[in-house]
Amino acid sequence: MIQPQSVGAVVAQRAHFTEPLALKSGGTLPEYELVYETYGTLNAARSNAVLVCHALSGSHHVAGYYADEPDNIGWWDNLVGPGKPLDTHRFFVVGVNNLGGCHGSTGPKSANPATGRRWGADFPFVTVEDWVTAQARLADRLGIERFAAVVGGSLGGMQALAWSLHYPKRIGHAIAIAAAPRLTAQNIAFNEVARQAILTDPDFHGGHFYEHGVVPARGLKLARMLGHITYLSDDSMAEKFGRSLRHGRAVYSYDVEFEIESYLRYQGDKFAAHFDANTYLLTTKALDYFDPAFEYGGNLAAAFARATADFLIVSFTTDWRFAPARSREMVNALLHNQRNVSYAEIDCAAGHDSFLLDETHYHAVLRGYFNRMGV
Amino acid sequence: MAYRYDYEVITQWIEPGEKVLDLGCGDGSLLRHLIEVRQVQGYGIENDPDKLVTCIESGVNVLQMDLEKGLAGLEDGFFDHVIMSLSLQAIHNTQGILAEMLRVGREAVVSFPNFAYWRHRQAILNGRMPVSENLPHQWFNTPNVRFFTIADFDALCELNGIAVHERLAFDEGKLVLDEPNFLASVAVYRLGRRA
Repeated sequence: MIQPQSVGAVVAQRAHFTEPLALKSGGTLPEYELVYETYGTLNAARSNAVLVCHALSGSHHVAGYYADEPDNIGWWDNLVGPGKPLDTHRFFVVGVNNLGGCHGSTGPKSANPATGRRWGADFPFVTVEDWVTAQARLADRLGIERFAAVVGGSLGGMQALAWSLHYPKRIGHAIAIAAAPRLTAQNIAFNEVARQAILTDPDFHGGHFYEHGVVPARGLKLARMLGHITYLSDDSMAEKFGRSLRHGRAVYSYDVEFEIESYLRYQGDKFAAHFDANTYLLTTKALDYFDPAFEYGGNLAAAFARATADFLIVSFTTDWRFAPARSREMVNALLHNQRNVSYAEIDCAAGHDSFLLDETHYHAVLRGYFNRMGV
Repeated sequence: MAYRYDYEVITQWIEPGEKVLDLGCGDGSLLRHLIEVRQVQGYGIENDPDKLVTCIESGVNVLQMDLEKGLAGLEDGFFDHVIMSLSLQAIHNTQGILAEMLRVGREAVVSFPNFAYWRHRQAILNGRMPVSENLPHQWFNTPNVRFFTIADFDALCELNGIAVHERLAFDEGKLVLDEPNFLASVAVYRLGRRA
């Protein structure tokens, strides 16, 4: 086997859309930009395109690095590249920053054409379905009538599901990893605490903090710290940090003592330094609202009746944010509709974040599935 | 694909286009066979990661589940046939899985090695645990956890109200009509719920 490689230096591209986008929330985006990256080559039949959807903190930068930022490696670089499970020798891979994001696509940081000011908190609510609609328009622009597959982890997996429901003819395979068909009350509760941390930060200024030259960094940091707890498992935290004390003993202070405190603060600060608070709020709400079964009286099997794609569902044993049982709900709903579906439950200690790792069995499943896929 | 004569028997019992569930589907070869010759909508259940990957690589629908925990989440009566080919002896929860097979399937198809096969009896008489084509492992490394005979299984069906719709017994691929519990190395059953 050829040694898997990086896709190398990549360049982000922009697509401008002037056709207004009607949003599920009732609002409209009169025009918008999407920033995206592509890897590999679209074949003559235009049948080898794979869309990679990002989760809360991800972006269009899925693989490779930037020539002027060699350390800025794509968030799913271990999956996407020549000889990797999602092999760019075979597939044309597209990564796109979702609407409302903060990595270059139109979002709260962008200027509202109606006012000339940044959108801030006035940016309309966007849903998973809206993202998928915008992604479909990007696909039109790229000449992709039908994706061989749409793949994503967590919130990205929900977009793969939404693709299968809203554009059944435009997707061959939906791959939903560490996802859920809808959030539980507990999931929403965590999101709400995260939002309250941001909304009550004095520097939030009702979402118009840009004009005040500040960012609600404390709130964003807390939100991220809380989120991180739900991304890891009890076991992985115990293994990584245990009760290790920075000074080897208790010093009776509120400064960092336990290594887990250090880790969470570091992650929180790092995140708050670059992520947009309004994007965080919007994205957690998109998660909360996602519920394809809602209009079918909660019957997920009925919701999936219109899907025609083949499915791969993957969960991780220690993921308590979107536990394996949530994935099995999807599997059962797909079985009910006699869809082609495979399901892998990966034994991995890393909790929800397992989907970003290259655990052997996990990547073997994805590699096998992509290898089998006709293009 | 390794030739498995029980596959031929099982295939005869499957109508074209059926919904089929294969428990402990291994590398998916039975399902591939049934898809090819019966155009079934087939699903396998397998808990071994490597075998799971083999199924996925070959395009067979496969669900990773632990059969010891039953078939929770699968709908009552959804499948036409639920198959367990040469795996029942490797499961602790014998009665539970049989009940689950007949819950989610109209009929169950079960094949297993007959522990009372005369060669096995001979091995025991000689003081050694049997090792044969259908019981290929040594006692210390066998994946099998239940050792039973055709007569035992008949009794269990009787006890649990399971209807035996058909039973075929084989000695290394040849149909055995007389004294199957003595002369047959493998039995294949077609089971249903007792009306």
